[in-house]
Amino acid sequence: METVLGRYRNLIVLVGVLFVQVLGLAIQVKRTTDTDSSRLIRVWAVGAVSPLEKTLVWAQTSTGNLWHNYFYLRGVRAENRELKRQIEEMRVEHVRISQDAEQARRLQSLLAFKEQFISKTLAAQVIGSSGSEQSRSIYLDKGEKDGVKPDMAVITADGVVGKVLHVYRSTSLVLLVSDQTSGVGAILEKSRLQGILRGLPSGEIALEKVMSDEEVPAGELVLSSGGDRIFPKGLPIGRVVRVRPGSDLFLNIQVKPTANLSKLEEVLIVTKVDERQATPEQSGPVRAADVLAERLPTVPTKPAEAVGSAATGAAPQPGVPSTTVSAQPKPAQPKPKAPALAGDASATPTVRRPITSAPSSFTSTAQPGDAGTEAAKVPQKPVKPATEPEPQPPVQDPPQ
Amino acid sequence: MALTYTSGEQVEVYRFGIPATILIPLGAVFLQAFLPLRLPFFSIFDLPLLVTISFAMARRSQVAGIFTGALIGLFQDALTGQPIGLYGIAKTVVGFGASSLGIKLDVENAGARLLLTLGFYGVHEVVYFTIARGMIGMHREWTWQHEIGSAVANALLGVLLYALLDRLKQRT
Repeated sequence: METVLGRYRNLIVLVGVLFVQVLGLAIQVKRTTDTDSSRLIRVWAVGAVSPLEKTLVWAQTSTGNLWHNYFYLRGVRAENRELKRQIEEMRVEHVRISQDAEQARRLQSLLAFKEQFISKTLAAQVIGSSGSEQSRSIYLDKGEKDGVKPDMAVITADGVVGKVLHVYRSTSLVLLVSDQTSGVGAILEKSRLQGILRGLPSGEIALEKVMSDEEVPAGELVLSSGGDRIFPKGLPIGRVVRVRPGSDLFLNIQVKPTANLSKLEEVLIVTKVDERQATPEQSGPVRAADVLAERLPTVPTKPAEAVGSAATGAAPQPGVPSTTVSAQPKPAQPKPKAPALAGDASATPTVRRPITSAPSSFTSTAQPGDAGTEAAKVPQKPVKPATEPEPQPPVQDPPQ
Repeated sequence: MALTYTSGEQVEVYRFGIPATILIPLGAVFLQAFLPLRLPFFSIFDLPLLVTISFAMARRSQVAGIFTGALIGLFQDALTGQPIGLYGIAKTVVGFGASSLGIKLDVENAGARLLLTLGFYGVHEVVYFTIARGMIGMHREWTWQHEIGSAVANALLGVLLYALLDRLKQRT
């Protein structure tokens, strides 16, 4: 017996070690959540590796910041000018889009839609990865003590990154959307076809469960559908790269992630998603013309108008363009007085307003039936463009 | 020169110092987790596997190979999101195989090392995929092109790494 054990000692050890590991795997598969022992192994392993990763990332970031923020400033002025120009363009674009959004919100409120929005995020730095192509995941420098919980969505400005899988004291493991075990509910932007995004071995992602009789153009944007209850609806995930007929009833749609998943440095963890009834904004929208007008020379408002609006009791509302003031019928107004001296408390403040050409449909945000707003009771009339000269009474010659 | 007598052949048996035994596998797992962030192509390599093969071949002890593979694999598993044991089992098998071959073959020349690493990479992947798909039911796709490319890349890196690790091993 001893001879047999001695001869096959190595094989017995091999079988024993393999058996223990297979048993451990079986237990983990049986239980959906981490068992205490596997959790402990993970905590030890992460605890051994993450401090060094954090230190290296910190050193690298500090060195990079020192170089880029204090020494290497070549072309910063030109870049600054270019960025300012882009901001101006984007402000005008933003106004146009927000008008569309406001219209959509009004329609949604009519249909009693509920909308999801990201109300709180937490910025985190990527400190490590799983280091395996079979498990595409990254480690973040934020964990339990920062309020991170499993199944929270992780995003960047470019799009969806993944979801939090395991949370440790000061780090967390994020499963990327490109992992073969991940699944994200997705919808195509224009065709509104829904499917499930899964990772491929190559690191790209594929949209599954889209019927082969549908037409999906390359380049179409893929958004989160919100159906998985992890990612809020409407976040960009990727763009369709290639569409091929699949072996079964479904199309084989290859998608390239919009976020660069192989070079992530900083991400946002969505810590809170709120759901609310869609309601149109209470404050009036700002028009593109208003934004453009802000950059034009302004003229002071006639003091009489200001006094007149105060007399009607229509308090200026935030966000309401000053054109509402001129929409009020002019009551009997005193003649404009001489400009008050500076420092005079009773002086009427000079209101500087943008010169706009307001259409008649945008004279006031007050709705008919609004109580307490004098403007609601006053019939509105088209506003004349402020740039147009008001008709002046004919000048009569003094009697001789 | 200390020699061991095995199956009628005399082969040299090496060992690694305690710091090297602990720090080299730790460093391999750490680099495997850290470098792909900066160099995305690095994820095709499997440094822990190369260290397992190197340790097992140098020590030429099957029991030592089994435990080296199991511990390195479990440590690597713990850093991934997948169940713990997948890499553990695959590397246990590789550790046993590498130490068994180390007893019987001359594993000191670069050509033999290249071929052995190619073979053991294949064994590692086959065991991994078999367990992941057959036992765990994980969704894993096997692509020949990718696997062959990775095997060649790992074998080439392995030859360089073994030469480096040769400097740290001590004769028993």
